Amino acid sequence: MSTGLLYAMTGVLLFVLGMGGLFLRRALMTKVLAFNIQGSGAFLVLVGLGQRSGIPDPVPQAMVLTGIVVSVAATALALALIRRLADNDMGTGDEP
Amino acid sequence: MSAWLDPVPWLILLPLIWATLAFILGPRRGGRLAMAGLAIQLGLAVYLATQMMATGPRVHSLGGWGAPLGIDLLADGLAVAMLLLTQIAALPLVIYARAYFSASSTASAPQWEGAPRRMVPSDQFWPLTGFLLAALNALFLSADLFNLYVTLELLTLAAVGLVALGGKPSQVVAALRYLLVSLAASGAYLMGVALIYGTYGTVSIAHLTPLIGTQPPPAIWLAGGLMMTGLLAKTALFPFHFWLPPAHGGAAAPVSALLSALVVKASFYLVLRLLLEPLAPMAEAVSWLLGLLGAAAILWGSWQALATRHLKRLVAWSTVAQLGYLFLIFPLLAPDGLALQAGVMQAVSHGLAKAAMFTAVGVLMLATGRDTLDGLAGVAGRLPLTIFALGLAGVTLMGLPPSGGFLAKWLLIDAALGQGQWPWLIIIIGGGLLTAAYVFQVLRQSFLTAPESTHFQPVPRSMEWTAFMLAAASVLLGLRGVEWIELLAVV
Repeated sequence: MSTGLLYAMTGVLLFVLGMGGLFLRRALMTKVLAFNIQGSGAFLVLVGLGQRSGIPDPVPQAMVLTGIVVSVAATALALALIRRLADNDMGTGDEP
Repeated sequence: MSAWLDPVPWLILLPLIWATLAFILGPRRGGRLAMAGLAIQLGLAVYLATQMMATGPRVHSLGGWGAPLGIDLLADGLAVAMLLLTQIAALPLVIYARAYFSASSTASAPQWEGAPRRMVPSDQFWPLTGFLLAALNALFLSADLFNLYVTLELLTLAAVGLVALGGKPSQVVAALRYLLVSLAASGAYLMGVALIYGTYGTVSIAHLTPLIGTQPPPAIWLAGGLMMTGLLAKTALFPFHFWLPPAHGGAAAPVSALLSALVVKASFYLVLRLLLEPLAPMAEAVSWLLGLLGAAAILWGSWQALATRHLKRLVAWSTVAQLGYLFLIFPLLAPDGLALQAGVMQAVSHGLAKAAMFTAVGVLMLATGRDTLDGLAGVAGRLPLTIFALGLAGVTLMGLPPSGGFLAKWLLIDAALGQGQWPWLIIIIGGGLLTAAYVFQVLRQSFLTAPESTHFQPVPRSMEWTAFMLAAASVLLGLRGVEWIELLAVV
């Protein structure tokens, strides 16, 4: 098995774990962490499958860099919303 | 032509510029900048449409770097039709929003869900709207799968910010739920893109279409399935609709209008584009499923709209139902192009009508201070123009002539009969009747006499007129159908 394929398989595993966490866990912070794991999984697949006979392909690496920026922004927005919820002290009744 | 004068990149740059300036200069000047910027964007979109009808589709390589290494922007008939809808609906909405925010900051202690709190001003509305429009325009013009992922994410981030704008707990909860669903959905989409890149080494739609051909390998089926599921969740197609009513029904009126009229159409546009071009071999397998889900959405959404007593929830459920019509076109897609024309006509006419409905409901809520159907008694006498706008928008949603909605449903019925698939007729016509039921429920209530004690807040005339103009545009669209269909023919 080539290194690239190994990366891709790990990526699929992380993606499935993250997706599961996003849907099955109730705690909001866990959901945000799960989203990050899921995103990393997709990035690993992109970089891993992008290798052609062991030579890294720069295009997916550029894509992953863009993707990381996007997911950092999304994480920041999610955290800001969660903090807003905590500040409002909405512990009961109105949980998503 | 010099690259500087090409309208294609300016449609993306211009909203980015005015959004950033609005953030720096504050909401007062932000509103003026938004109106000026959108007026130019509308001009550019019309210019692009006329130019394209004369010379065919346009490709713009950003910075002179073409695909596969650089990023190509593609303006064809479908993309330009959606661009036109975006600018036509957004311009009246920003005029409305200026009046809405100044009126609701002076109104005495607003009580309804979705009212901006006095301590949270509308500062962030203008920059977020600019970023939202830039993301929409970029999405319609993108020609590669990865760029589409980035624009989808930008769109989500701006839309979530807008939902949370008022800062009330219910809005923050709705925004967070919307964000988490969207993130899971775009994760699935990105995984699909990764599998496609791994298989073919390109993400350009134009390059992929011949490569995938008619017999795609299993990896592409998996990738297509992941991408479709993600996009359907973002479009809020039944059974993924659960996030939409709280998010669209709870936001401020101009925000609800932007989200229902434009944002959900973006992911629908992507489903359509993918199934027409690179994933065409999948279309036959999934089209029936999409059609059935669309039918379920029409029935369930209309039923929920009939059952609710809250005005904005009613309009939001109506969006769930009307999105169903968009997906009825997939089992009917054929080389004659009737179903495609029906889909785009439905997207455009629903966009205008739903923007009109949310803005009209915003006027009514500002005037009565309530968000319930029962609070409407007597408004027909006080705000006849708004009720007229609501009725006209209802005409489009029901599909009565000469509205754009009528043309869309007519084309759809024509396509269904032409292919002998008459069972769809029951859904199309039944959905129209259910729509009539919930629209008339609102109209009937507004004509009842108000109790003596009722107090109506004065509402700026500009808000009433923008709602009316949007509604009138959605009806008159039916008379201009030929031009839109000619536009779509440019591929």
